[in-house]
Amino acid sequence: MSNFFKDNEDILFLLDNIDISRLILLKEKNFEDKSTYDYAPKDVKDAISNYKLTLDILGDICAQTIAPYAREVDIQGARFIDGKVEYADGTKEALKRLKQAEVLGFTIPRRYGGLNFPKTIYSLAIEMVSRADASLMNLFGLQEISDTIYRFGTQEQRDRYLPGFCSGEFSGAMALTEPDAGSDLQAVALKAKEGEDGIWYLDGVKRFITNGCGDIILVLARSEENIKGARGLSLFIYKRDETLKIRRIEEKLGIHGSPTCEIHFNNSPSELLGQRKMGLVKYTFSLMNGARLAVAAQAIGIAEAAYRASLEYAKTRSQFGVPIIKFPPIYEFLLNMRVDIEAGRRLVYLTSNMVDLKESLEEMINTNGSDARQIKGEYKKYSRLAALLTPMSKIFTTEMANRVSYNAIQVHGGVGYTKDFEVERYYRDARITNIYEGTTQLQVNAAIGGVITGVIFNLLSELESNIKLKPLLEGVRYLRDSLDECLVHIKGLENTEYQQFHSRRLVEMATWAVVSCLLSSDASISKKKQQVAEIFMQRVISKSDEYKKYILSDSQPIIIYKDDLLG
Amino acid sequence: MNFNMVVLVKQVPDTSNVGENAMKPDGTVNREALPAIINPEDLCALEEALKIKEELGGNITVVSMGPPKAKEALTHCLCMGADKAILLSDRKFAGSDTLATSYILKKAIDKIKSFDIIFCGRQAIDGDTAQVGPQVAEKLKINQLTYVLKIIEITKNSIIVKRQISDGYEIVRSNLPVLLTITREANTPRPPSVKKSMAYKYLTDQIAIEDLKLSKDILCTWDHRDIGAKVELCGLKGSATRVKKIENVVLKAFEKEDIEPTPQGISSLLGKLIQEHII
Repeated sequence: MSNFFKDNEDILFLLDNIDISRLILLKEKNFEDKSTYDYAPKDVKDAISNYKLTLDILGDICAQTIAPYAREVDIQGARFIDGKVEYADGTKEALKRLKQAEVLGFTIPRRYGGLNFPKTIYSLAIEMVSRADASLMNLFGLQEISDTIYRFGTQEQRDRYLPGFCSGEFSGAMALTEPDAGSDLQAVALKAKEGEDGIWYLDGVKRFITNGCGDIILVLARSEENIKGARGLSLFIYKRDETLKIRRIEEKLGIHGSPTCEIHFNNSPSELLGQRKMGLVKYTFSLMNGARLAVAAQAIGIAEAAYRASLEYAKTRSQFGVPIIKFPPIYEFLLNMRVDIEAGRRLVYLTSNMVDLKESLEEMINTNGSDARQIKGEYKKYSRLAALLTPMSKIFTTEMANRVSYNAIQVHGGVGYTKDFEVERYYRDARITNIYEGTTQLQVNAAIGGVITGVIFNLLSELESNIKLKPLLEGVRYLRDSLDECLVHIKGLENTEYQQFHSRRLVEMATWAVVSCLLSSDASISKKKQQVAEIFMQRVISKSDEYKKYILSDSQPIIIYKDDLLG
Repeated sequence: MNFNMVVLVKQVPDTSNVGENAMKPDGTVNREALPAIINPEDLCALEEALKIKEELGGNITVVSMGPPKAKEALTHCLCMGADKAILLSDRKFAGSDTLATSYILKKAIDKIKSFDIIFCGRQAIDGDTAQVGPQVAEKLKINQLTYVLKIIEITKNSIIVKRQISDGYEIVRSNLPVLLTITREANTPRPPSVKKSMAYKYLTDQIAIEDLKLSKDILCTWDHRDIGAKVELCGLKGSATRVKKIENVVLKAFEKEDIEPTPQGISSLLGKLIQEHII
């Protein structure tokens, strides 16, 4: 019987070969849970065996209960009936199974009923679920909400909300976007007023809210009437009651199983999460970074599904008397898919690892102030890396998933354009990934700082030291030098618009260098990984040359002619 | 209401996943070459018990007769939510047919003593006899409801079920205690809980039965002495069935006919099948 964990040799490779013992030690705090919870690990090896066991069970559910219904979920979709949201039948069934398997509190500590797994493992879980049904990830992947309550809520709030999330009694939503506040969340206008009873009341409309019908909603709202911009916003926990009206759900290109709601708060009682005025700058930022990583993992899952469908089709479909996989354009598509997926997965694995280290250290600093200096230094380092790598991962994987699913249809030819095959769904589902939780263009803004300031070069130096194969090391250095040359040039120009114009290219060049480092160091563990690294690097080196030529040219026709041609 | 439930399960070779080495040259099943799974309808039986436990309360003991390896199957049942598992393992049990097996299971249930409902799968995918459940009920002198599609109502003293019959279904009531055999159509068994799987993984760490005795609170092993079974009624000695000959049957189509995928094609096919009393 198929299993989305066991059949994925690359995921198994990561778990078996990439050392994550440091983060396990931090996350498990000397395995202090082992005497209290029978499912807590007693050492690093035990923890890894628990991760595998859990992914194995989830892999079974994905292959046998979720994937077979994905097409029906796509056709039926989430529906809006008499003011209420109704999930598709397949979605309900899948949620029931995930609840029975007790995987809805993946990263939450055991004392609240969670598994206390690192995000590194959660990312793999999200990927597997998304490979089965990308729209289900939007419900499974909402564990970020409980994670945010855990990280910033009071002890009393944690006790009140987290067990319900872990057991599956509560589903969640994060209500950030408004009709006039999309990418620009500083413009959020939904009002929060503190009543004389000490309860906060919310008034206003939120739009594009994934699972806006959820039981517990984190709401970004303007608590400070007179303060414009980010500093006037706070984050609230709202528990569903009769004051909230769902106005409608969107009809979308893809992820039909995920209800995207427009919701109206009418004097809805809520409570503050964390401190006032920190809603956007601290909590939402953190919440969204988690969600971005989840979307990156979702994109890999979609790409994986599209690649597998294409590979199978190309092996079985014959034209001119031979299977089409024998033709160079087809095997080029397929190899690039495989290489890009492995590259993206490796990048997300590293990123999740950095996020885990950062969050575990943060918790250590918050709970016991001792060892402060060294821990704080490390915390800062991982915070910077997480802030750089998260948007990089999202850009790389979501653009990749779009490319892979686009080419998957191309491999299938005409039938790929029909609903007789799954690839058209992958293509539609992938299309949202580089838009929601911050478009690729916004991710570039988030990542470019770390590239310009040189955080990237510290990371590259560290990663390069793991590369043993000389030709690959030379390739990595070449990519790094190209990036450096472009950055020096651009900084020298002191032309902000020119820098912004090329930001996307600079971030991509930096991402290629990071990924090349990762693939090159894995190359000494496995022959196949060496082949993957060679294919990937040959391609990005030639692209990098092209970008470099463009950036160093100083030619700016797009900037100069924009008004003439766009009016 | 609090129901004491016993579920009988069997570990079987996965005959739905037959590879090249599935049969030995002599025509018997090559158990090593086939992955061992829990008989699918036994999982459906467990699922029905779990639903009752969830909705009305109760406790579930899973019983399996088999080699030490069968503790994998029992561990899986524990991870799905059973409270206790008992492995009936003894060299004396080897070679049991349905008569001897039902005797051994009956003796084990006697030792468990208190039960309201016994659940079995309708039949196992290896032997396909569908005899063990009914024989256990006979030996325990309790009612049996076989081919159960759905449990409709359950009270402290009685149960109403929908059961499959040859040309439809019937709804019947029985007093408790009762033995039910559950069909595949009744439900889709739940996945194991990951928390329980992590907690119980040590149960399958070692193979020796002696080690299993260490964890007897949740998974214990009983041999013929533990259940007071007479050796002459167990295993080959206690079996009435003797294998006379094993024949390799190859199904072969002699005549081939193409049916057009049109309403006319289908109705002519149906007509022929009805004419030949196939359907």
